[in-house]
Amino acid sequence: MRHILSILMENEAGALSRVAGLFSARGYNIESLTVAPTEDPSMSRMTLVTRGSDEVVEQITKQLNKLVDVIKLIDLAESAHIEREIMLVKVHAQGGYREEVKRLTEIFRGSIIDVTASSFIIEVTGAQDKLDAFLKALEEQSVFEVVRSGATGISRGEKGLHL
Amino acid sequence: MELSGAEILVQSLKDEGVEYIFGYPGGSVLHIYDALFKQEDVKHVLVRHEQGATHSADGYARATGKPGVVLVTSGPGATNAVTGIATAYMDSIPMVVVSGQTPTPMIGSDAFQEVDTVGITRPCVKHNFLVKDVRDIAETIKKAFHIASTGRPGPVLVDIPKDVTDPAVLVSYEYPKKVSMRSYNPSVKGHKGQIKKALELMLRAHRPILYTGGGVVLGEASDELVALTKKLGFPITNTLMGLGSYPATERQFIGMLGMHGTYEANKAMHECDTLIAIGARFDDRVTGKLSEFCPNATIIHVDIDPASISKNVKVDVPIVGEVKGVLKEMLKLLNSGEFSPKPELISKWWERIEKWRSYNCLDYDRESKLIKPQYVVEQLYEVTNGEAFVTSDVGQHQMYAAQYYKFNKPRRWINSGGLGTMGFGLPAAIGVKLAHPESEVACVTGEGSIQMCIQELSTALQYKTPIKIINLNNGYLGMVRQWQEFTYESRYSHSYMDTIPEFMKLAESYGHVGMRIDKKEDVRGALEEAFAQKDRTVFLDFITDPTENVYPMIEAGKGHHEMRLAPGMITDEDLA
Ligand SMILES: Cc1ncc(C[n+]2csc(CCOP(=O)(O)OP(=O)(O)O)c2C)c(N)n1
Ligand SMILES: [Mg+2]
Repeated sequence: MRHILSILMENEAGALSRVAGLFSARGYNIESLTVAPTEDPSMSRMTLVTRGSDEVVEQITKQLNKLVDVIKLIDLAESAHIEREIMLVKVHAQGGYREEVKRLTEIFRGSIIDVTASSFIIEVTGAQDKLDAFLKALEEQSVFEVVRSGATGISRGEKGLHL
Repeated sequence: MELSGAEILVQSLKDEGVEYIFGYPGGSVLHIYDALFKQEDVKHVLVRHEQGATHSADGYARATGKPGVVLVTSGPGATNAVTGIATAYMDSIPMVVVSGQTPTPMIGSDAFQEVDTVGITRPCVKHNFLVKDVRDIAETIKKAFHIASTGRPGPVLVDIPKDVTDPAVLVSYEYPKKVSMRSYNPSVKGHKGQIKKALELMLRAHRPILYTGGGVVLGEASDELVALTKKLGFPITNTLMGLGSYPATERQFIGMLGMHGTYEANKAMHECDTLIAIGARFDDRVTGKLSEFCPNATIIHVDIDPASISKNVKVDVPIVGEVKGVLKEMLKLLNSGEFSPKPELISKWWERIEKWRSYNCLDYDRESKLIKPQYVVEQLYEVTNGEAFVTSDVGQHQMYAAQYYKFNKPRRWINSGGLGTMGFGLPAAIGVKLAHPESEVACVTGEGSIQMCIQELSTALQYKTPIKIINLNNGYLGMVRQWQEFTYESRYSHSYMDTIPEFMKLAESYGHVGMRIDKKEDVRGALEEAFAQKDRTVFLDFITDPTENVYPMIEAGKGHHEMRLAPGMITDEDLA
């Protein structure tokens, strides 16, 4: 099962390595991880995507909560939430393929943000599966650089993660 | 009050009520040492190796419940301390370690004696800090003690760059009265509904057992545990870390459980229908093969650390909270009359347990001409009236001490259970003796382990900590030899040291009394003679049977019901 842990923590040097260290020391996997300060600069918010059985994720959550720098956390995947990831893709695009790429970008509500005679850079935002689908739609040989931010997310409605 | 960083550190320790600090000087902590020199309230103990400092502080903490305090220099000072920090971490011992660091402007430049101490220790501390501003020292020290000693305790390290303790930089000082940290609020009261539910299950049980661990000792809940156990009338087993929290000489105590637990404790674990785990963490040395663990039991688990619950074994009724409070609540319910134990429900169970107990699994060959290690521990128990603080190292001798010294009080049995650190015993004994100068302190060790921190004999002389070292000298890394005998067809690969020192002379050269005992009939007399020398450290080198093994034993990967018993022991199968 895929879980999206949203973690509110002290914005302190070392906080990130405590989280990363916990995952490597206990053999948990990190699929992606993003972190940045929140509206309150003394706190950062991390979104961490991991996979594991319910028991494993329960352990992960408990161990994270034990870290002194961690203030609060929730598993977004447990309830209604919005997940977003940003992806930048550099593709070779020449001749007829240029039109094809433009069309695909439109379908996926992406935008072309850089153009040369032989290439595009495309920006696409969405949930993980949408970005996967976009990559699949492109001709495999045309893609020569992919940068993904890793997922971030927020829960819907009143429910949320704050102090 | 305007003070330098070094003075602030020392003053903070004073205000925290620190009695002893175990340390070793070096470049990056010289300002701090100078501040220590100018006062007398915080007494410094100069160890001979930083590992010794951490173990001594640890022993002090285990014997008192107060955090042990350590001061080491940067680089090698800090790395030498790591083993002791990890030892404390694994057994949840409160400790505050202050380490010097390269001056802030030089951090990251591979400066002389620079290591990333915060990075190296991160996985083996409860928390750590790097203090970059002199104005943060007092608050950080306050936080360090708070974190170390509350919730599930553990070591906290405070790394202080040399420039932050600069005697020329003075700032105002006030020690914070209290700390509040939004990200750390550990104290939890057990859920009343869960407690009630647990008690109902317990009172319905036909084959209950209490399995209690170090959490009872750490949580100062021994009195409550004794009262509850007596009220319930249930059998109780302790883990290696929990010994002493229930009196070993009482009838309801059925011995230690686990790898070298008693026959009756392990059998009872295997057959119980209700397991009440209190302040214990289902360590693999306790559970044996997980798929065979307590196959028919409903499991209740009381622990302060939610992460300990259902980590290795799925729990049916979890109770997260301070053990003391939870046990008090259970007692309250029992005393209210609303709940009452029914002894008739468990009378068959007790019959079964008494049968197992009657096999006397800890019996050994008393006729042997050689000194049996078990015999030495039994004699030690008698000579000290069971009242000594006993520290230990790691190996067969540790298990003999745990099995044959019947601890009746908590904090008397002091050993490295989680990390299993050879070298722990001697420095720990020094810390214990400083904490309890009027009590007898014995270190039960082996010729292998004692050599790992033997240099602390010198510290013991300087600080006048008269302890008795009981060296069960079997000539082997005995526990390793035992495993090799059982699982590697007696291929004793590097478990024998061709050369070992003459411990008697070694002890004498360190300024202590040395004794060598190689005859069984001299054991008792030697112990009496040693303990009569109240103000001397005595090293008793007992030459014991090199082939003796620790029984019972659950070999790795086996279940509680698959114990290997001492040769010649009667088993269930024989009786069937
Ligand atoms: C620092 C360290 N290194 C290695 C071990 C592995 N080990 C566990 S018991 C043991 C043998 C200990 O020998 P000794 O102190 O003579 O005790 P005995 O088993 O003979 O009583 C060893 C090497 C350990 N526990 N700690
Ligand atoms: Mg030995």
